[in-house]
Amino acid sequence: MNQLHLAAIDYVILGTYFVFVLGIGVLLRRYTHTSTDFFLSGRSIPAWVAGLAFLSANLGAQEVIGMAASGAKYGIATSHFYWIGAIPAMAFVGVFMMPFYYGSRARSVPEYLRLRFDEKTRGLNAISFAVMTVFSSGISMYAMGLLMTALLGWSFDFSVLMSAVIVLAYILLGGLTSAIYNEVLQFFLIVAGLLPLVFLGLRDVGGWSGLTERLTVTATQHGFAPGAWTHSWRHMNDAAANPMGIEWFGLAMGLGFVLSFGYWTTDFLVVQRAMAAESMSAARRTPLIAAFPKMLFPVLVILPGMIAIALTTSAGQTGFALPKLADGSYNYDMSIPMMLGHYFPPGLLGLGLTALMASFMSGMAGNVTAFNTVWTYDIYQAYLRRDATDRHLVWMGRMATVVGVALSIATAYATTRFNNIMDMLQLVFAFVNAPLFATFLLGMFWKRATGHGAFTGLLAGTLAAAVHHGLTLPGTASVGIKGGWLGSVAHHYPSEMAQNFWTAIFAWSTCFAVTILVSLATRARGDEELRGLVYSLTERPRDEGRSWYARPAMLSVIVLALTLVLNVVFF
Amino acid sequence: MRLDIRLPIGALFIVIGIMLVAYGMFADTSIYAKSLGLNVNLWWGLALLVFGGIFTFYGTRRRPLEDPSARAE
Repeated sequence: MNQLHLAAIDYVILGTYFVFVLGIGVLLRRYTHTSTDFFLSGRSIPAWVAGLAFLSANLGAQEVIGMAASGAKYGIATSHFYWIGAIPAMAFVGVFMMPFYYGSRARSVPEYLRLRFDEKTRGLNAISFAVMTVFSSGISMYAMGLLMTALLGWSFDFSVLMSAVIVLAYILLGGLTSAIYNEVLQFFLIVAGLLPLVFLGLRDVGGWSGLTERLTVTATQHGFAPGAWTHSWRHMNDAAANPMGIEWFGLAMGLGFVLSFGYWTTDFLVVQRAMAAESMSAARRTPLIAAFPKMLFPVLVILPGMIAIALTTSAGQTGFALPKLADGSYNYDMSIPMMLGHYFPPGLLGLGLTALMASFMSGMAGNVTAFNTVWTYDIYQAYLRRDATDRHLVWMGRMATVVGVALSIATAYATTRFNNIMDMLQLVFAFVNAPLFATFLLGMFWKRATGHGAFTGLLAGTLAAAVHHGLTLPGTASVGIKGGWLGSVAHHYPSEMAQNFWTAIFAWSTCFAVTILVSLATRARGDEELRGLVYSLTERPRDEGRSWYARPAMLSVIVLALTLVLNVVFF
Repeated sequence: MRLDIRLPIGALFIVIGIMLVAYGMFADTSIYAKSLGLNVNLWWGLALLVFGGIFTFYGTRRRPLEDPSARAE
């Protein structure tokens, strides 16, 4: 692989960014006193800031690198992660779920589970979340280290340690506020770094028509119908007809309903940003404000991948092509990094790399702040030191930050076997997050759901995910980490993605059914105890008389309508 | 209101914008063969400068544009 050579100006731009990131931490240091300041930004973040942070916390390695990789691998159908996945889920969490999260004054998602259900449900969720978060952060770090090594010739150790130290420093200084402020900064940098890339790539490929033409060749070469890369729905009637290897039902249920709702509505990493908002109204608008830019993000993260594969199939004027892996397949993960090196001259290249760096850091910081909060409130204060003073909790939060970062580094070194980071994360989410959405749905909208029901449901759901994964295999994979490890293979899926989506569907359905059955067999809590925690027992937030842009329901109708239009346009 | 986030964002974009514009004006133009002959440093630098200027302007006004409804509760 040909490495990039950075000019002095590129280092100066990257260095300027580091100075600003740390500077924000230093400036916020004096506002960070109590545990509410450190873990919840003193619940004082304006809606638009919380909204952009909500979006940006998720903009880690799996988003920027992974989405472009999927764009190259599967074409525009990758937008489903946004258009039937993230956006509807974000609208739902803002309109229906935030009143309980914010209104209950829970300090974390697991803490809501304790208020609504019981201690053991909280414990289960807190521990699995903490483990998963560290794992995600480690994967993100690993990907970053690998990328910097391949791209710039930096050593893996240096890349990982340097970014870890910077993230650690600014979180230690300013806590969640520091993470949120930097996420907003990182959001703008990511846009500033990727927008010119899309512009130049599109220009090289001959605009949208040139891109479509080339992707026709790509699709035919892979043995699909000519439009397989440029239509998001048209080839979804049969799993064998599209590169994702999934049919519309598995896609809509698995990715849309179960995985995306599971992630965007229950993952504390993102929900924490809304909990830090300054008011109920701001908290409810947080995911909706995030949904507007999110809707357009395929242009920044998926389109470059499509351009990369199109240019690789039939060359443009500058001869860009994706590199190959040792086994002869294309290295899709290099789509964005290689394009940066190919199109950006010194100067802009520094900005492009800063954008990549920013995306890694915002993802890592999101994980670390979610981890330190759950550890401190839901594990340490709940089980280890119930009588801890507030000052002690802040100290513990800082310690947890250090330990969280150290564990992420350890995970980063325990390398993964998947070449597509996205598939791996989807697998983890399927085991842990997929059943969770059933628990929250029942918890928030069915007052009869009980703690025993939720707990057994979650366990059963996760178990169902594991069993399903252990009995099925994707494509031509051999028995092992990709499935089939329970001895016999009951079903072969066309792709890993199809297997993951169906694993999620099984986990969700099992959790849903078991929670209902066990709840009916156990004693429910009285209405009085559940006030403010369940839909039927909570006063609706009143939005009448506000301007349209301050009303969550109105915002969600607009964003959903626009998303529908996008689905139709790229059908 | 503590630190208005628009200030550091505005400042960073102004600084990066100035660097790119200056580099775009003085550096050897042969480097733009990569970017299809466009002096992307100059043009994108100008765009970032404008963006940074707008953010700094709104960030330094005494009452930042605040949504009155957000304070209602």
